[in-house]
Amino acid sequence: MAEQRALHEPFHEAERQEEADRLGMLVFLGSEAMLFGGIFAVAMALRLLHPQDYIAASSQMKLWHGTLNTAVLLTSSLMAALAVEAARGGSPRWAGRALWSAVALGLLFLGIKGHEYWLEYREGAIPGLANAHVGSAFEQLFMNLYCAATGLHALHLIGGMVLLAIAALKRSAREDRQAVLIGNVALYWHLVDLVWVFLYPTLYLAGAGQ
Amino acid sequence: MTAGVLRLLLVWLALMLLLAATLGAAFLPLGAAKPWIGYVLAAGKAGLILWFFMDMRGEGGLMRLATGAALLWILFMLCLIGADYLTRAMPG
Amino acid sequence: MIAAAIDVEREPEDVEHTSYLRAGYSLRSWFFTTDHKRIAILYLFSISFFFAIGGVAAALIRLDLLTPAPDLLSNEGYNRAFSLHGIIMVWFFLIPSIPNTFGNFLIPLMIGARDLAFPRLNLLSWYIYIFAGLLTLAVVLGGGVDTGWTFYTPLTTMYANGMVVMTVIAVFISGFSTILTGLNFIVTIHKLRAPGMTWGRLPLFVWSHYAVSLIFVLATPVLAVTLLLVAAERLFGIGVFDPSLGGDPLLFQHLFWFYSHPAVYIMVLPAMGVMSELITSAAHKQIFGYWFVAFASLAIAVIGFLVWGHHMFVSGQSIYASAVFSFLSLAVAVPSAIKVYNWTATLYKGDIDLSAPLLFAMGFIVLFVAGGLTGLMLAMLAIDVHVHDTYFVVAHFHYIMVGGTVTAFFGALHYWWPKITGRMYHEGLARIAAITILVGFNLTFFPQFVLGYRGMPRRYHVYPEEFQVLHVLSSAGAGLLAFGYLMPLFYLVWSLFRGSLAPANPWGATGLEWTTSSPPPKHNFTEQPVVERGPYHYPLKHPASRGHG
Repeated sequence: MAEQRALHEPFHEAERQEEADRLGMLVFLGSEAMLFGGIFAVAMALRLLHPQDYIAASSQMKLWHGTLNTAVLLTSSLMAALAVEAARGGSPRWAGRALWSAVALGLLFLGIKGHEYWLEYREGAIPGLANAHVGSAFEQLFMNLYCAATGLHALHLIGGMVLLAIAALKRSAREDRQAVLIGNVALYWHLVDLVWVFLYPTLYLAGAGQ
Repeated sequence: MTAGVLRLLLVWLALMLLLAATLGAAFLPLGAAKPWIGYVLAAGKAGLILWFFMDMRGEGGLMRLATGAALLWILFMLCLIGADYLTRAMPG
Repeated sequence: MIAAAIDVEREPEDVEHTSYLRAGYSLRSWFFTTDHKRIAILYLFSISFFFAIGGVAAALIRLDLLTPAPDLLSNEGYNRAFSLHGIIMVWFFLIPSIPNTFGNFLIPLMIGARDLAFPRLNLLSWYIYIFAGLLTLAVVLGGGVDTGWTFYTPLTTMYANGMVVMTVIAVFISGFSTILTGLNFIVTIHKLRAPGMTWGRLPLFVWSHYAVSLIFVLATPVLAVTLLLVAAERLFGIGVFDPSLGGDPLLFQHLFWFYSHPAVYIMVLPAMGVMSELITSAAHKQIFGYWFVAFASLAIAVIGFLVWGHHMFVSGQSIYASAVFSFLSLAVAVPSAIKVYNWTATLYKGDIDLSAPLLFAMGFIVLFVAGGLTGLMLAMLAIDVHVHDTYFVVAHFHYIMVGGTVTAFFGALHYWWPKITGRMYHEGLARIAAITILVGFNLTFFPQFVLGYRGMPRRYHVYPEEFQVLHVLSSAGAGLLAFGYLMPLFYLVWSLFRGSLAPANPWGATGLEWTTSSPPPKHNFTEQPVVERGPYHYPLKHPASRGHG
């Protein structure tokens, strides 16, 4: 079968280039993980400093929105993985459908998140805004952390969706039996999911059942 | 449906079950163990995502090492920062 | 057999032999290049520019400190001067200095590749760095910041006047240049080694840069998120570092130093890589303990991530955490010491050529050992309590960063100058420069150890009369040091026009970079090199063009 992937300098062999691309993406994901690691360190520090306040503040979070979003993102990760599987199996159209499903679920995540932010705004829970009447000082801090963490995550989510869409639109990517581009884009998307999997207990579950 | 697709669907099912368990555990009176249970379950989900979705299962040592390194470094950061906050109140 | 050396006296026959310097003269061919060698030169110009700016700030500081009274700069002005000095020197000079010039230029050559794994990403890294640098210049013109390069909260988040947000954004952006460089190096070293180039045959310069790249990728993102939090705190008062909301200013220090301590290893590891090359070459001898040196680089990179709390011994950090950090800080000195022993043992009974690069290398060893020993002193809690925030600390880190890294940078510049430019520099003048730099450096910074030990605080420009003599000595030294740094500017540039043409291997050194012409052709080699021997296989059977021009 004719090689469909273009060789870039300085590579002589396609396989070597593909390995390099994938390793490059993994290394990049490592750096993204460290970025969010800083956020988790902040959450941990705050929880260790003020354990009861942290639990109380977390109990104000909208648990069902968070849980539903976790399910949505996990499913969207499934779609990305299925896209890779489809491309490798020689089904470019299923690959495209799976990718677009992942994008759609990403949009659903953003929709649920947006609804959550809107409810919080209406309740006056978001500090700094004109109608804010947040409870204790620590509750303000927690809400700020929540906004910063989920905001940063949402930025990465949007970036991931753009990448998924690019892969879905490129016919050469869908038809590539090695699934190089789709595979690397899917890796990025899984990282977005992984970060959320840990944000969920950090922000939503500390105060559950109170 | 190929074996690969079936495997991915089963992993998804496992992830949903873990999510349900995570949510349920949050309502149980587990005391001091509660946050740990939440993170252990999250780690379980992460392991499934890494091994099956991100295909660490099929990768060689180098890729797994790269992934493991990032996780290890986050642990370094959390453990040593935690060491300060946990021991500040201690006498001495 | 390693590919035959190209005799530079022969006229280039075709594109494959044309020097990378001649492959296009337009601005476009330089500013849109993807050739790692040209990108290295773009970086060389940029970092030299920032070195000059940081140097001007240093001159202001040392001039002001000639007298005990605040008679040159105002208090605010002095704070801005040392902040500028630190920010520019750390992020816009030291961190990119060796990796982005010599790492970029040499890594593909040393491993037998045609370029880095992601050439366009390499160019993007430079543009990101330049953009961040321009933002920083705008900040400088706008008056700068007075917070010190360490941006401690709550000063930065609540009280500082000045362009704090813009500054942290500039540094934040520069971090992406770093991360992408590290990514590029890691993938290149894994995936583009020539046939036969096993890990055990890699030059130690490459091992060092691999270790540095790990730090680039793992540490820099933490700086990025920390600076974002500082900006958010300053702009929106989010409260992460504010006790009145339940936050903790010390949390900033933890996150900042989690990056900034490994950052100092970013600064020194490439310099150590340079050392291994300069010393084996000057001694014409195999490195003593290759694997010890290789693994020491990795050990420094890893352990270096676990010691950051030694910057926070008197900050309110738990005493137990401090004890752990103190122990780990002592441990991290071990791999560095191993390297110094191994370089020294390499020189022993070597066939030594006292060239300028070796003089720089020897200067490095002396100054790095002094800096390292004082680092051990600082790692001990009981000593640090007394000398924290004094000139003792200032002297310690300048011994490593200037005495170490900058000296190594100049050594590398001389050693690889023939390869990069195809010209030989004036050896006599270079030796004088090396010695001038060594003397000037010691005159500048040794008095600072005494000053600090006797209680002179850092970041103050007002001081008791009794300290003036030492300050005057230090400022005089700074003048001499500046002269020493300016000398190469003249004879190196002169060599571009009048220097003799360099042969492929003027030092009679091993290493794939010396098997190709000086300067190399655009794609580095005319035939794919195949490696069959280790990296320091001295003595060379055909030293051929050893000796100058």
